[in-house]
Amino acid sequence: LCPQVHSLQELRRSASLATKVFVQRDYSDGTTCQFQTKFPPELESRIERQLFEETVKTLNGFYAEAEKIGGSSYLEGCLACATAYFIFLCMETHYEKVLKKISKYIQDQNEKIYAPRGLLLTDPLERGMRVIEISIYEDRCSSGSSSSGSSSSSSGGGGGAGGR
Amino acid sequence: MSVMVARKKVVRKWEKLPGRNTFCCDGRIMMARQKGIFYLTLFLILGTCALFFAFECRYLAVQLSPAIPVFAAVLFLFAMATLLRTSFSDPGVIPRALPDEAAFIEMEIEATNGTVPQGQRPPPRIKNFQINNQIVKLKYCYTCKIFRPPRASHCSICDNCVERFDHHCPWVGNCVGKRNYRYFYLFILSLSLLTIYIFTFNIVYVALKSLKIGFLNTLKETPGTVLEVLICFFTLWSVVGLTGFHTFLVALNQTTNEDIKGSWTGKNRVQNPYSHGNIVKNCCEVLCGPLPPSVLDRRGILQQEESTAQEGSCLRGPGTQEPPATQGPGQAQEGGMKQQDGSIPLPSAVPAPSVADTEKPEEKQRTPGELPVPPPDAGRAEH
Repeated sequence: LCPQVHSLQELRRSASLATKVFVQRDYSDGTTCQFQTKFPPELESRIERQLFEETVKTLNGFYAEAEKIGGSSYLEGCLACATAYFIFLCMETHYEKVLKKISKYIQDQNEKIYAPRGLLLTDPLERGMRVIEISIYEDRCSSGSSSSGSSSSSSGGGGGAGGR
Repeated sequence: MSVMVARKKVVRKWEKLPGRNTFCCDGRIMMARQKGIFYLTLFLILGTCALFFAFECRYLAVQLSPAIPVFAAVLFLFAMATLLRTSFSDPGVIPRALPDEAAFIEMEIEATNGTVPQGQRPPPRIKNFQINNQIVKLKYCYTCKIFRPPRASHCSICDNCVERFDHHCPWVGNCVGKRNYRYFYLFILSLSLLTIYIFTFNIVYVALKSLKIGFLNTLKETPGTVLEVLICFFTLWSVVGLTGFHTFLVALNQTTNEDIKGSWTGKNRVQNPYSHGNIVKNCCEVLCGPLPPSVLDRRGILQQEESTAQEGSCLRGPGTQEPPATQGPGQAQEGGMKQQDGSIPLPSAVPAPSVADTEKPEEKQRTPGELPVPPPDAGRAEH
């Protein structure tokens, strides 16, 4: 019997990777780190558009916070300069702190929202901040689903019925 | 838990990173491959300052003020600190695309352009974006298999795409990019001040001493003075000029690369969309803005597929480590689209001597980088 709901570890063990979708960067606001909120067609049957967009928007918000130019970032910069940047030996930069928050958020999202749907988000930091990689898994025990990626069989989409 | 089999020595990710970089201190330090001129820089700075402290400072501290060597020491230490920081840090290298990602992008490109028959040169891969009402083109990098972010450029000397690429500096032995531009600027600034300082006080020293024992005798007593003055004189012209140039760039939020290519000037009259229009704001952003950490996880441990019993030692999600996809030489020439654009790396800072060895441990690294093996490719800075 196939488990309908996947935990993160279960996902890696019992499901096979079908395909990956890559959400690209959105450069319309300059070189700041933002990702496109356009909903990838491959995820059409897997997750609600709204949930996905919310995830990406929250991530974009985090990155904007990390790269925010304002009083506190100037202070940090000037202080660092005054100490010839030795202060970074003992202090974490604001950016690094936000990246940690992002990492936690992504893990949280994976556990709560994406893993139950057979998906897995990869932290963009692991991909050089170029893309958000979303791995789409197929259940090994789901019948006859080929790894065509986009349309997963209804039986395979873990937690489909209940979650929505 | 499974049994841990005796493993070979731990392999860190920096050992498998593509690109032509040298790594030291087990991945903490990252430089370009050719370091000869960097050693020259160090030698000149250390040498001249050593002479200055040994000879002139002793006399001037007594005759004029002890603050003179103190201030020189502060300047010298700051210049060395910023030099080492510039040379040893990751300039903002963009890791190469993993095979999955590269394939995905290729599919997208083919969908837009359609497939090209064998043997024909594919059209240049460019995406258009609009930033602040200007159209900016993103170019596709054949070596790294990514669409380069705006202002990024591929350095052919280091064979990496670097964010906000300024230029490759042989004097510093590294690329100058987003993450180390401020250190570079502070280095040439402090070096200029140091050079002017040493030059001035050498003149003062010679003047003072000549009053007592005559000009020729002064030179005979401290022949190093002549050497220092010569070095400082030539350094002044280059470094101070360079500092002025970069101050201009910082005020306008431009990079050397963009300036050389005339991206924002010239007939098109396309304005720089990254400038805030305000000199102070531009300076603040470039020099004091938030510093993104390196995305190359140099010190991360490479997962050994062969060693058994690696249960749970997954660093992160799936597909993190993949065996390098060997690319043959000339990969960058695929389709004949070499990104060589004739942009010449501007040789920057000329050394002025200083002393001291401040070790600059890099800031904490994290996250995996990419692993494909790149083809070496001699050339100049590309765009």
